[in-house]
Amino acid sequence: MQQETDVIEDLEIRSLDSVCVNESSLEHKWYHNLKYLVVGLLFGIVFVKAEVISWYRIHEMFRLQSFHMYGIIGSAVAVGAVSVWLIKKFDVRTIYGEPIKIPAKSFSKGQIYGGLVFGLGWAMTGACPGPLFAQIGTGATVIVVTLLSAVAGTWFYGLLRDKLPH
Amino acid sequence: MMELIKQPWAWYVAGPLIGLTVPTLLIIGNKTFGISSSLRHICASCIPANIPFFKYNWRKEIWNLSFVFGIFLGGVIAINLLSDPSPVEVNPKLTEELAGYGITSFNNLVPEDILNWQSLFTLKGFLLMVVGGFFVGFGTRYAGGCTSGHAIMGLSNLQWPSLVATISFMIGGFVMANLLLPLILSL
Repeated sequence: MQQETDVIEDLEIRSLDSVCVNESSLEHKWYHNLKYLVVGLLFGIVFVKAEVISWYRIHEMFRLQSFHMYGIIGSAVAVGAVSVWLIKKFDVRTIYGEPIKIPAKSFSKGQIYGGLVFGLGWAMTGACPGPLFAQIGTGATVIVVTLLSAVAGTWFYGLLRDKLPH
Repeated sequence: MMELIKQPWAWYVAGPLIGLTVPTLLIIGNKTFGISSSLRHICASCIPANIPFFKYNWRKEIWNLSFVFGIFLGGVIAINLLSDPSPVEVNPKLTEELAGYGITSFNNLVPEDILNWQSLFTLKGFLLMVVGGFFVGFGTRYAGGCTSGHAIMGLSNLQWPSLVATISFMIGGFVMANLLLPLILSL
């Protein structure tokens, strides 16, 4: 019983301000994580080939000089939304037979304050977190500094979390 | 076929493929799509410093680190095996504006004229890479997600707080790109 409470508490801490959490209660061997590496790899190739990681594409987007990024985000959301609707409608399960759970997002002022800060950083670096990893892969080694700085930013958020308005 | 793959991909090919990541991650293991969380897991695994926000069983989230390592490898593969040698095409208006700041090379997806190791030690480079990166990490965690977690996963699940976050991202980006960045690039 105590163990179960610990597990629930741990999930609650992990899901604090985090959209992406592991909802699965199953334990797997380490090599099961390789499937995510493969999905990430394909995703990274799309990022590079469609120039989502391009500093120039991001700046065309913020200057309304190109439809490209709007088209990508818009069609990604459309496909994602239809998929989520189908999963819910037909009660699709995971490959391990678990019911699929998607945690709901609760509102916090952080979505406004943090969102604005991220927006400033997005236009400064020309990249959101995903593209940073891919940019390093394409040989832009200096972006390692940007990534480490983003880790530092995340760490300082964790440190100051209690003092910030939410 | 290979020639077709090597050209830059259109939005209507890439967007749906990115959207398909959402059901793929859900179906192969009940994982919700999100990338900025990986930065938090790096903190939790390397420098937790007894901060409650980083005290959780990060080993359960190794899948997310595996996913972002895959994104890095995807970058390596795309640039070495699938790349197109011609320069990146950019809207002429932007090309003209950037030329005014000395950005004239369009060989890479990252502008090497401003984002390079030498410029890291100038005020301009420090602001763009170090301060910009800090804002990305701080802002995404404060907002509870980034473009993937909020704009794609959150909106796909019709979560209105994700819409608030996405609009805030765009406002921040428009303000920086149009009002503040010209000042930084002029440094």
